[in-house]
Amino acid sequence: MFAFIIRRITQAIFVMLVISVIGFAIKQSVGDPVREITGISVSVAERDALRDKLGLNDPFPVQWFRFVKGALHGDLGNSFKYKRPAVQVILSKAPATLELVLTTSILVVLLSIPIGIYAAIHSKSWWARLAMGGSIIGVSIPVFLTAILLIYVFAVWLQWLPSFGRGELVEIFPGWKSGFFTWSGLAHLFLPTISLTSIMLPLFIRLIRAEMTETLQTEYVKYARARGLKENRILYVHAFKNTLLPVITVGGVQLGTLIAFTILTETVFQWGGMGSMFIKAVEDADTSLMVAYLVFVGLIFVVVNTVVDVIYGYVNPMIRTGGGK
Amino acid sequence: MKKKFISLCLAGALVLTGSFVSAKTLRLAMDADPVSLDPLVQLSGGMLQYSHIVFDPLVRWSSTMEFEPRLATSWERIDPLTLRMHLRKGVKFHSGNDFTAKDVAWTIDRLKKSQDFKGLFESFTAAEIIDDYTVDIKTSVPYGLTMNMCTYIFPMDSKFYTGKDEKGQPKDAIIKTDYSFANVNESGTGPFQVIEREQGQRWLLKAFPGYWDKNHGNIDEIVLTPISENATRVAALLAGDVDFIMPVPPQDFDRIDSDKKIDLITMPGTRIITLQLNGKRCPPLANPKVRLAIDYAINNPGIVQKIMKNRATVAGQNSPKGYAGYNPALTPRYDVNKAKELMKEAGYEKGFTATMIAPNNRYVNDEKISQAIVAMLSKIGIKINLKTMPKAQYWDEFDNQVADIQLIGWHSDTEDSANFFEYLYLCPDKETGKGQYNSGNYCNPKVDELTLASNSETDLTKRAKMLQEVEQILYDDAAFTPLHWQMLSWAASTKLSNAKDIVNVMNFPYFGDLNME
Repeated sequence: MFAFIIRRITQAIFVMLVISVIGFAIKQSVGDPVREITGISVSVAERDALRDKLGLNDPFPVQWFRFVKGALHGDLGNSFKYKRPAVQVILSKAPATLELVLTTSILVVLLSIPIGIYAAIHSKSWWARLAMGGSIIGVSIPVFLTAILLIYVFAVWLQWLPSFGRGELVEIFPGWKSGFFTWSGLAHLFLPTISLTSIMLPLFIRLIRAEMTETLQTEYVKYARARGLKENRILYVHAFKNTLLPVITVGGVQLGTLIAFTILTETVFQWGGMGSMFIKAVEDADTSLMVAYLVFVGLIFVVVNTVVDVIYGYVNPMIRTGGGK
Repeated sequence: MKKKFISLCLAGALVLTGSFVSAKTLRLAMDADPVSLDPLVQLSGGMLQYSHIVFDPLVRWSSTMEFEPRLATSWERIDPLTLRMHLRKGVKFHSGNDFTAKDVAWTIDRLKKSQDFKGLFESFTAAEIIDDYTVDIKTSVPYGLTMNMCTYIFPMDSKFYTGKDEKGQPKDAIIKTDYSFANVNESGTGPFQVIEREQGQRWLLKAFPGYWDKNHGNIDEIVLTPISENATRVAALLAGDVDFIMPVPPQDFDRIDSDKKIDLITMPGTRIITLQLNGKRCPPLANPKVRLAIDYAINNPGIVQKIMKNRATVAGQNSPKGYAGYNPALTPRYDVNKAKELMKEAGYEKGFTATMIAPNNRYVNDEKISQAIVAMLSKIGIKINLKTMPKAQYWDEFDNQVADIQLIGWHSDTEDSANFFEYLYLCPDKETGKGQYNSGNYCNPKVDELTLASNSETDLTKRAKMLQEVEQILYDDAAFTPLHWQMLSWAASTKLSNAKDIVNVMNFPYFGDLNME
């Protein structure tokens, strides 16, 4: 077991190094940060001096080693635009993104399970067909368009909901300003959550429907029916339990996709989270913040995956013997 | 349960929109987010807009391009090197300190230390304090633009910014990429104070109770949200979630114009969009006839009409109307037949191939304009290979002169013609930094001589003549290809009764003067 853990951690470290190299490679081609932080009339000599001071003239490996050395001490460099440590900037933006991801996940779970099960049981009904057709449309419209459409209908035309931002926030503990506790905060959360949900929901409805249909044909369901169990008990307790396993697995993986889609949603709604921060960092060539974001998000995934793998290893010895000696 | 939740949310939204009505709060959305509280950390449009909100300049431009007294009440020239400024009495900084001549001298010293401003203030020497409310602004050589530069002197609170902060750093340090006291603290004399700032998201500014100008506007509070996404910014205004936006994307002009609750405000701008032709890289472009042919071949009235939807002014020179160097005789040139003739005379009847680069997110419609130019030049046989790229990558390529034709827009920081010539047309010289953005490598000693002479000419009529002559030479040599001056645009809720009076050609809206019903 110990060897297995060591092996997984070594792999994780390797993945992090690869992510940082890729981040650095992208950084070189995004543009020149010094251009973005100086006025256009600043002389070439001044600009070179600044570039030297920031270490941007050093060769690629030198810059990378310096970054890795800093990263080991928890220092991912300074954001050029925010003029603060990049980690601080990211942490200050993280709550906004997490709240959006959380509400979206809840909404997806609350909607996809009943709709998916309904569509599996009454596959011929009109409602089921409507749900399936709707889910195709939902998944094929880009989130960017959905968002703009929602803004024009609900904010500009009907004027029911606010068009941008997070509204009034309450500091629930230091560094975490939440929009969950004011009406304005909740109203602002509405449209972004719906746009983001429109991407994830169809996938889960279809997944649950397919799994459920399959489960309903298994022997044990037939046996349960033969035994005369109540239909609701068969569907929602016995069949659904087995449907859930693959859904949870996919759900874990899709969390990454969800975070990726926050980049677009946040930009359209001027949502002050990590996603819109990242887009601005790329646009303004704030390369140190950009690399820090990539490494930070990479780290979250690697840590989560490693922990999950290790737990799996405990639960299921077959996994750890797979590569063992 | 869910239904209840939705209706509660909707109710919340209604309460929210209702609660804003009572206080005079200006909700402002701009595309730029001022990067710091220190006005000297970066010279950019966003930072100058901020400076006009939180600080006051010695003098500022009026809407008719005259100098309007602010912290200086009157001024006189004592000798060619000295301008005496009489300062306003009874002005307080946000910290409570009194504003005196010492603050002006201190600010000029600091301007000369700022990487971004030191170039503009090169000829300035230390100011001389005569008494508390009189200061002599000195230059090392006679300088015709001393008054123009005074619009950039936003006196800072010397007492507030002197000494060391808790981290042991000097409070007046100008630091671009890290913490500094001045980056996160301000004490200006301006109409508004920064109360809260969450970078990239939200600024809260409150009217400064001790503001000296009692005739200013009636806004109590500004909530500034940087919204860089065009569609979101426009939607926010249409939805009534913000009261003032800048800029307005041209494709939404008609829609905003037709809304009865919103005023669209536009004004001919002073940023010239041009092409630079590099004869060093591509020999045919060194031929004056070919350069002229290109000027004639490009349908710049057409670009303004079709691509810019008439929200730009067709240009034949660098200086817009109102600038000292504006020469009314220089009209835009467009005549395809003439262009073909010139190509024939030059011996390029069959045309040639050239490369071109342009940014795709720096100027209004820059990419579309470049594509139109490619089509127009193909009519006279010049085949262009165009590459467009985001602004973050563009300027390095521009400096390295990677293409034969390069697009550049220029706004004169001094609101004066000589600035165009200094950066765009003087013979490029790496040592002195002259002709820093002259990627066409155009070089005419007469232009250099006249431009440099104009800078030390303090007789403004004589000076204007010199600048107009330079424009004439550039026009005759087809030193560059002028396209148009971009138009400036803002849109405001009709609640803001004098929105159109607070905007100006520099794009520094004077929010301190704004009134809300």
